[in-house]
Amino acid sequence: MSLRDLTVPELLDEARSGDRRAIGRLLTLVERGGEAADQVAKLTHPDAGKAHVVGITGAPGAGKSTLTGRLAAGLAATGHRVAVVAIDPSSPLNGGAILGDRIRMDEPIHATEGADPNNVFIRSMATRGQSGGLAVAVPGAVRLFDALGFDPVIVETVGVGQIEVDITAASDTTVVVVTPGWGDAVQANKAGLLEVADIFVVNKAERPGASDARRDLELMLDLGGHPAWRPPILMTTAVDNVGIDEVSTAISTHLGHLRESGEIDTRRGVRARSEVATRLHAFLLTRVDETMATTEGEQVLADVDDGTVAPVEAAHRLSNYI
Amino acid sequence: MMQDPIRIVLAKIGFDGHDRGLKVVARLLRDAGFEVIYLGLRQTTDAVVAVAEQEDADAIGLSIHNGGHLTLAPRMVAAVAERELEVPVIVGGIVPDRDIQALLDSGVAAVLGPGTSAADVVAVVRTTVAPE
Amino acid sequence: MMASMTSDDRAAWEAEYAEARLRDVDFETMSGIPVDPIHGPGPYPGQYPYTRGIHASMYRSRLWTMRMFAGFGTAHDTNLRFKDILANGGTGLSTAFDMPTLMGRDSDHEWSVGEVGKAGVAIDTVDDMRDLFADIDLGEVSTSMTINGPAAIVMAMYVAVAEANGVPRSKLAGTIQNDVLKEYQAQKEYIFAPRPSMRLVTDMMRFTAAEMPRWNPVSISGYHIREAGSTAAQELAFTLANGFAYVEAAVASGLPIDDFAPRLSFFFNSHLDFFEEIGKYRAARRIWAQWMKERYGATNERSLLMRFHTQTAGVSLTAQQPEINIARVAIQALAGVLGGTQSLHTDSYDEAHALPSEKAARIALRTQQIIAHETGVTNVADPLGGSAYVEWMTDEMEKRAEEVFEHLLELGDGSMLEGVYEGIENGYFVGEIADSAYRFERSVNSGRRIIVGVNDFTDGDDADGSNLLYIDAGVEQEQLGRLGAVRQNRDSDLVARCLDSLAADAAEPDVNLMPGFIDAVEAHATEGEIVSTLEGVFGTYTEKAIV
Repeated sequence: MSLRDLTVPELLDEARSGDRRAIGRLLTLVERGGEAADQVAKLTHPDAGKAHVVGITGAPGAGKSTLTGRLAAGLAATGHRVAVVAIDPSSPLNGGAILGDRIRMDEPIHATEGADPNNVFIRSMATRGQSGGLAVAVPGAVRLFDALGFDPVIVETVGVGQIEVDITAASDTTVVVVTPGWGDAVQANKAGLLEVADIFVVNKAERPGASDARRDLELMLDLGGHPAWRPPILMTTAVDNVGIDEVSTAISTHLGHLRESGEIDTRRGVRARSEVATRLHAFLLTRVDETMATTEGEQVLADVDDGTVAPVEAAHRLSNYI
Repeated sequence: MMQDPIRIVLAKIGFDGHDRGLKVVARLLRDAGFEVIYLGLRQTTDAVVAVAEQEDADAIGLSIHNGGHLTLAPRMVAAVAERELEVPVIVGGIVPDRDIQALLDSGVAAVLGPGTSAADVVAVVRTTVAPE
Repeated sequence: MMASMTSDDRAAWEAEYAEARLRDVDFETMSGIPVDPIHGPGPYPGQYPYTRGIHASMYRSRLWTMRMFAGFGTAHDTNLRFKDILANGGTGLSTAFDMPTLMGRDSDHEWSVGEVGKAGVAIDTVDDMRDLFADIDLGEVSTSMTINGPAAIVMAMYVAVAEANGVPRSKLAGTIQNDVLKEYQAQKEYIFAPRPSMRLVTDMMRFTAAEMPRWNPVSISGYHIREAGSTAAQELAFTLANGFAYVEAAVASGLPIDDFAPRLSFFFNSHLDFFEEIGKYRAARRIWAQWMKERYGATNERSLLMRFHTQTAGVSLTAQQPEINIARVAIQALAGVLGGTQSLHTDSYDEAHALPSEKAARIALRTQQIIAHETGVTNVADPLGGSAYVEWMTDEMEKRAEEVFEHLLELGDGSMLEGVYEGIENGYFVGEIADSAYRFERSVNSGRRIIVGVNDFTDGDDADGSNLLYIDAGVEQEQLGRLGAVRQNRDSDLVARCLDSLAADAAEPDVNLMPGFIDAVEAHATEGEIVSTLEGVFGTYTEKAIV
């Protein structure tokens, strides 16, 4: 049987029965976007909404991949089926990407006793240009994993750039990883990561400056008044598996808080609305391109070229066709 | 709609630590618009197949510099077949000319021997993934 | 001022030269013109900061050591080759180990299939080590062992074999590579994370400083950094930074600097840019002497002398028209000699395809002999010193290296050791090397850089690879049999006790692991068992993907 010949519903059946190749294939369709991706989104929607979606972000080199791998390994060892979406930037010059994060995720999973690698599914994703495709593809992938019974679903991004921050912030629980050393907290602040954090992790905590980093974060949280959930600050040395259980516990404690306070519904409501908006934007962009390519569009654009019609006037005229 | 980028898993199997060539190839492919899932050193055939499956890779690129190509490459091909993946295995590194046919006979899709040019690397991967 | 200093230098040099024992040859040109042993400005060879060489008389007293690597198949196979070398007047043995041994795994490990005895000799237990040196008086020979991650374990086997044969450890002479830092940066044959690996290195340095005065416990190697794609300046800078890191680690472990520094040696690459290479060697000596004296406060002159081995650049050999590699190797070897190397390995022309054939290895050795005996370059120490270009190149290499040191010191908050650890962890070294390798590759691919036989002058490629040496698969079966027999015949309770005690030692950072290694190997514990025991305490290491 060649997977390439299967329809989306057939692929979903295979995926539900545990065929990991089919899951991989469906993710490709989701990532590509278009009709097949929309079909996956519709078919998985009814089964989704159960998984705890966890975002992990932080500066490059903060140790996010190692931390994610350790978390996934620990969860798999306690019987969870864990999915990870690891996002890395594409080159703006040529669209290519080198996706290397999973090396440090796969390793602890293989090394942890009782962690069945078949209970972990890691997918690397490149940002693929700036068209906002990722903003649709990531929720699509998360929904697919959710519908297939993976829980939690972890989304790992580098905390630079608005797209990445937005994607992480669209999680139920957002973990921001910083490292000791001046500047990291400042960098995180600049990137807007501090406002979105539900949990802070100071990784590489064995290094000098770790307690300073912790104190800086505490001070900053003090400035924020007394919210219902004050983000805990946890110290880890992910590479030596130190402090990982505490992070895992904090993540589930946060989920408990979201449920008790009812905030989970608020967050998911915002997320759903934001996905609608994103999809509408994408839809509009496509319609814009299509309209400009119609006969009427070509005509108006030719007039703009001649200088007989002002661009603003052209846009007004064509907006009627959208 | 734009064509999907080609996704390729690059790895070395076993003890062999010579990763200079693999890194250069990773960059060449990235610069040609590929998405490279880079696994680097000390992988097992099973681990590589598991990744190819999760990543829905279009190809697996194996770099071998320790003279073990006649053992390792067929083992990789077998592991791919065992999981019923339709992913071509491309072998690069130090492969003497006289071993190329044996590798192709064992199911390896293409061999990039010493001195293969950058243009050839990109072209061979492209045509292997999407034969005209 | 300068003039008087120079004449003082000159007088001091003359006094030192007068005391040197010279080889019994005529120091004149081929046409019979007598030549002075030095030319150009001071400080002269043998004088601080040793830019021009570490001895006053250089090759007039002693040629470099023509050291060629040997090691293949089982211990018995290599032993025959060793005895052959000794019978032909050699006094130094250089051992290459197979991949499983280098990675600390036994021949029956699942990854060892196809690798046993292939790129070097297979050593699993002290019994293999015993057979490797059977009928060889270890008190008389000097042995070099090229191994890093598990170096301390292999060293323990060597000591155990010598003592079983009645040779005390204090009489053993030789070198073990044991340079684990460059493994993370380039060669990638690491086992544990950098810090526990460094402990094994300093344990060995403490052990040899106390008990093996004729042993060089670490050979700090730029060779592999260059092969991985670095530039000459990066090779220089990273290697010396590693050297400083070992110095800081050893001092931190309680060793006074002059107790171990005279035993540190180096290992560099020789690539094809002739003057760049020569500038690199000269800068290396100068930087090392200055840092050892001024930063680390060494007072013994021998602590300031950078002694180094050179190997021609394997990566420069082309698979196309392999015979033309003979010319490349000759030029690289000459650069090493003009740069003042203490020993030299020349590559065989067929190595781009596989292990060298016997004929190719002989031509490589003959190349060194031609340089030594026919070219006359050995008549004068540092014959290029004083050349405006060579002096500029030397300064330029030093400047670029100092920039790297500055960066690393910043990363390490003033500590080179911490800076190197951080550079390993954050991918600085591998990233820099990968950038350089890619830049080189692109310049070749675009045709901006010509490689003869590869992207130009390509007519006449008739490489057929038919004379390559292949190791017979029977070696693996034989070695598995030997290993099985050892496992069967040993006292397994004793092995278990030794390994338990080793694990306890490993958990105590201040305990020297060497005595525990010697006990364990004497009980016939395998290399792989000892490594697994340590992994239980130290964990393993996965590098970050820096492409």
